[in-house]
Amino acid sequence: MILAKGLACRRGDRLLFRGLSLELRAGEVCHLTGSNGAGKTTLIRTLAGLAEGYAGIGGCEGTVGLLDDRIALDPEAPLGRALDFWFALDAAADRAGVLERLRLTALTEVPVRYLSTGQTKRAGLARLMGQGAAVWLLDEPLSGLDTASQALVSELVAEHCAAGGTALIASHQPIDVPGLRTLAIEDYAPAPLASGEPEAAA
Amino acid sequence: MIARLLKRDLALFFPFAGGGAALPVVFFVAVAMLYPFAVGPDAPLLARTGGGVIWIAALLAAILPLDRLVARDIALGHFDQLRLRGLAEEAVMAVRLLAHWFSFGPPLIFAAFPAAALLGLNGPTLHLVLLGLAAGTPGLAAIGLMIAALTASLRAGAALSGLLLIPLALPILIFGAGALARQDSTSLGFVAAISLGLVAIAPFAAGAAIRAVR
Repeated sequence: MILAKGLACRRGDRLLFRGLSLELRAGEVCHLTGSNGAGKTTLIRTLAGLAEGYAGIGGCEGTVGLLDDRIALDPEAPLGRALDFWFALDAAADRAGVLERLRLTALTEVPVRYLSTGQTKRAGLARLMGQGAAVWLLDEPLSGLDTASQALVSELVAEHCAAGGTALIASHQPIDVPGLRTLAIEDYAPAPLASGEPEAAA
Repeated sequence: MIARLLKRDLALFFPFAGGGAALPVVFFVAVAMLYPFAVGPDAPLLARTGGGVIWIAALLAAILPLDRLVARDIALGHFDQLRLRGLAEEAVMAVRLLAHWFSFGPPLIFAAFPAAALLGLNGPTLHLVLLGLAAGTPGLAAIGLMIAALTASLRAGAALSGLLLIPLALPILIFGAGALARQDSTSLGFVAAISLGLVAIAPFAAGAAIRAVR
């Protein structure tokens, strides 16, 4: 599950959001929306435990799978070998099935750096599926994907949640998953400072 | 898990296992080859100063792999993924230190044989050079790893890391090459002690550094 209570995060000196509370239990999925720079990635990294919150608490229970624009596959290695490193580490059971599902079977001999944007994204999804994590934190999983692959991502998320998983998805594109909740991060943006006017005495 | 990690890191750095390049070793032998051309065919002079040249060449060769030691995997998100799988940064860096040393320490020690032949070093001197390199290269690897992790977020990190390694490697050089001047292996004990200390600190320092970059 994903739990945040009164979470505030900042980037540098700037407060991105504050007072954010979220509770996602097993089987629940949430669509995280907000404009560029609103703090979606920061929230995801904080929940993953890769960054420190400024105030409040935020974290995940269970194994965490993170998919962002850095897919952690060696660029020089053939896709199959790069994925096998993570599959072996995560003791992934169904290598062939995962590759087939993401239409990567024909690409296993291609070095990762020669893959297109969408193929790279699918390779990242393959790594995520092999991990079998309880919590999926997806940062822009749909960017660069064609329509068929976008539908596939929604399908995978739906299956993940049907199997008792939890997912938080930051995306600018609509996601088609039953029972989808929405969290607009801008609802938690700090009040803008009044410019030029003296602050009212409390 | 640690064994798999070590295997991947070795493939990344080891010159003969597909990944990386044999560049540090080639560089090392090239320096030893160039030196006689520069100072002339004065055999006694070469034999007297050759050991020191090997040490300087080893130090410079240790700088070469630094740019791909840590920064690349930070950019790939590799360390983030390992963190999510519950591996501490310190353990990841300890594995990386081991792989880094394997990729340049033993090859350098083997390359010292042709280098010694090119410089006309005698048997006892070669013996001291080999012992010194065996004791000193783990320390050089540890300094290299710490510097690579600390400079990973800087744009000119690669150039800077070379500059930073040289003063920090000075104690190893002084005691390692000092043994050659006096033809006495006692100061190599200091080299080994410095190396041990550095190897003990490096995973923690480098681990803290990559955590701070996040």
